[in-house]
Amino acid sequence: MNWHAVRAIYGFEMARFWRTSMQSILAPVISTSLYFVVFGAAIGSRVSAVDGVPYGLFIVPGLMMLALLTQSISNASFGIYFPRFAGTIYEILSAPISPLEVVLGYVGAAASKSILIGLIILATSALFVPLHIEHPFWMVVFLLLTAITFSLFGFVIGLWADGFEKLQLVPLLIVTPLTFLGGSFYAIDMLPPFWRAVSLFNPVVYLISAFRWSFFGKADVSLGVSVAMIGLFLAVCLGLVTYIFRTGYRLKS
Amino acid sequence: MQPIIEIENLSKTYASGLAALSEVSLTIRRGEIFALLGPNGAGKSTLINIVCGIVTPSSGRVRANGHDILSDYRAARGAIGLVPQELTTDAFETVWDTVSFTRGLFGLRKDPAHIERVLRDLSLWEKRDSRIMTLSGGMKRRVLIAKALSHEPQILFLDEPTAGVDVALRQDMWRLVRRLREQGVTVILTTHYIEEAEEMADRVGVIRGGRIILVEEKAELMRKLGRKQLTLQLPAPVEVLPDSLAGFGLELASGGQELVYTYDTKGERTGITGLLTALSAAGIRFSDLNTSQSSLEDIFVDLVKERA
Repeated sequence: MNWHAVRAIYGFEMARFWRTSMQSILAPVISTSLYFVVFGAAIGSRVSAVDGVPYGLFIVPGLMMLALLTQSISNASFGIYFPRFAGTIYEILSAPISPLEVVLGYVGAAASKSILIGLIILATSALFVPLHIEHPFWMVVFLLLTAITFSLFGFVIGLWADGFEKLQLVPLLIVTPLTFLGGSFYAIDMLPPFWRAVSLFNPVVYLISAFRWSFFGKADVSLGVSVAMIGLFLAVCLGLVTYIFRTGYRLKS
Repeated sequence: MQPIIEIENLSKTYASGLAALSEVSLTIRRGEIFALLGPNGAGKSTLINIVCGIVTPSSGRVRANGHDILSDYRAARGAIGLVPQELTTDAFETVWDTVSFTRGLFGLRKDPAHIERVLRDLSLWEKRDSRIMTLSGGMKRRVLIAKALSHEPQILFLDEPTAGVDVALRQDMWRLVRRLREQGVTVILTTHYIEEAEEMADRVGVIRGGRIILVEEKAELMRKLGRKQLTLQLPAPVEVLPDSLAGFGLELASGGQELVYTYDTKGERTGITGLLTALSAAGIRFSDLNTSQSSLEDIFVDLVKERA
């Protein structure tokens, strides 16, 4: 293993995060605070507790998941797309690095950034609601798994995109709607039966459900199914990345 | 001299159907400066990019420093430094960070002393904390060279290294390349500036239409293919040459005020004595004379025309 290369890529990507710390850190703090003001205080005060969990507290896992998904995808996709766009990808391709090491560097950094942001959101939430995490170990496991899976997905998008528009296409038109409709701000059993059935086709439902279980010990869908869905999505992303490096798709001519 | 790069029957056809390289075989000797010349689209960059791992070959075999570039890519790539043709640099990183980053990519521990040496050699030390986006084009070119040298490569590819740089920087680079050669680094450069190859190269290869059409010691190439010309300045213009001079292949130039005689440098007899005698007999006097040898550029143009 070329650990120096993994560390170089990881350090390079994290340096960008710290260089833009105002945007990286302050933005999620402000947006989380706004969500709490709007959903927690203004609307939440009129919404009764969900499964015995006060609404302000109920939305914390969904808010974290929303940020985790979008940040993992955008960090990883931008991380690999920008060198392709700028032409500096030649350095990665001509260095003695294996595809696994490239993925470890880029996806590791993207996942680290989104986990940091998730934790910042958690800390910000603590200013608004009394936090209680029922299964902290599993909370960390789901946080890690989701960050890694969606960073891999973002990495695939960054390799697939041939312009900035495509880079934004999947996160904006697919991931954000799925996240909002995946139960970030509600339990899916609050939906009418038809829409509840439709929701089960949304993979994000399983992520949020499992994550919410780690907080409150209650889930929309069975924990086993959620874990299997996360595992399946992780396997699909790993398969796609392996295919890309084997064929050189969008990387080598 | 031992080979450091061995290319055997290398071909590359892109997905578009463009055959960029056809059965190219080439050996680069350890420690030499090799200039690869060729018109645009000849296949120079494709060849370099395959050796460096950026482009996948369609067929053939390449070994760098004794290692196959596909099956033993780590060892092969570790020996190679590449300065690409385009000014493809990061923008927001500092010079120090970007050069250190490249060293890390090549699997080497941090070595601030080496990075400092490289930056000083390239007159970049004062700019080490500057962001790359604030540098001039010439400075960015130096940064690319510094990155390529950060992992102490044994083989250095310079793809059009002095395109768009000023004369002072070009000469700095020539000095640097010579110094690298003295340190044992093998340098392969592609260039459009023939004088660059003429100035620096030990051997010259010419590629055209994806095929290597010639590989020769530079001095030998110039000796074999070089023409020499004797130009005589006439005190009065001549319109028609007398028949007695017809065998010399003379050309009238500058409105008849110059007589140009081209002769073969390889020949034991240049024919100059006979020409001067014949001129005297024909009553043609001259006020001055000079000789000139064809440059590598002339040779290159002739070669490419010849094979077209």
